[in-house]
Amino acid sequence: MDAEAAKLIGAGLAAIGAGMAALGVGNVFGSFLESALRNPSAADGQQGRLFIGFAAAELLGLLAFVVSMILIFVA
Amino acid sequence: MAESGKIDPMHQFQIEPMFGTDNLSLGGYNIAFTNSALWMVITAVLLWVFVAGGMKRQLVPGRWQMAVEYFTGFINKLLLENAGEAGKKYVPYVFSLFMFILLANLLGLMPIGIFGLHPFTFTSHFTVTGVLAILSFSIVLIVGFWKHGLHFFSLFVPHGTPLPMIPVIFPIELVSFLVRPFSLGLRLFVAMTAGHVLLKVLAGFVINSTNAGLGFGAMVGIPSFVLMIGISALEMLVAVIQAYVFALLTSLYINDAEHLH
Repeated sequence: MDAEAAKLIGAGLAAIGAGMAALGVGNVFGSFLESALRNPSAADGQQGRLFIGFAAAELLGLLAFVVSMILIFVA
Repeated sequence: MAESGKIDPMHQFQIEPMFGTDNLSLGGYNIAFTNSALWMVITAVLLWVFVAGGMKRQLVPGRWQMAVEYFTGFINKLLLENAGEAGKKYVPYVFSLFMFILLANLLGLMPIGIFGLHPFTFTSHFTVTGVLAILSFSIVLIVGFWKHGLHFFSLFVPHGTPLPMIPVIFPIELVSFLVRPFSLGLRLFVAMTAGHVLLKVLAGFVINSTNAGLGFGAMVGIPSFVLMIGISALEMLVAVIQAYVFALLTSLYINDAEHLH
């Protein structure tokens, strides 16, 4: 395979990671809402943890974006 | 490659020297005043004006003072929740960090392009976010070693770790600690870069499809433009969330330095 084509295919495959991170972030907020509606009085105290979970899940998607950007523009 | 027609989505991140300082150098290093530096100055001045306007200390605060007090109270609460009483002395640092990043992110999204100016989001450069992250990380290191001395290394051995597990846990915890400045800086930089690239790519769709003819413009251009409006709103949200996450993680790391585990 042509090296240029392989690079672009690799970048496309790396972009799958961004979709996977979407699942993760959705799961974080979904689970939070689910339990927040069960016990709304306890929800506000957990907002810090919510965003820590969000940041951790999002970072991996951003890393996938970095990998694909490096493949397209740098490699 | 990777451009939509004549529109290059990466051009907006180009650093250019301004005001004819291209060859200004100090000790062999180029210290040209760039557009990045210009927007940092604008952000810092705006932040100074914002805070100075709220320093009137009236008993019954006006609108401006309320706005500033809302933000300081927000950071105060954040540090109190995450780092306890010991976190209070870091309020000035975390407040400056949060407001600086927030203003920088929001200023980069300002639609001043219609006046022929080019907003530059300096938080979309790893050099800038990396330095901010290293600042936070060195505060953690300095405070940690100052307060706890070599006992600071017990941060890498969680309470109740069985003795045979310590040689395994220690390197894992050490690596996860050392990766912190990278992940902290990378998160902000990539989130801002990704959003701006996405907006520029969509803008490229609008311009190129409209140039291709009325049919293409109506079929591709208008939906892309509607999507751009939505994504712009999302980017505002991301700008605020990323500034918040940076401040939140900084306060968590400060908690580690103050209280170990």
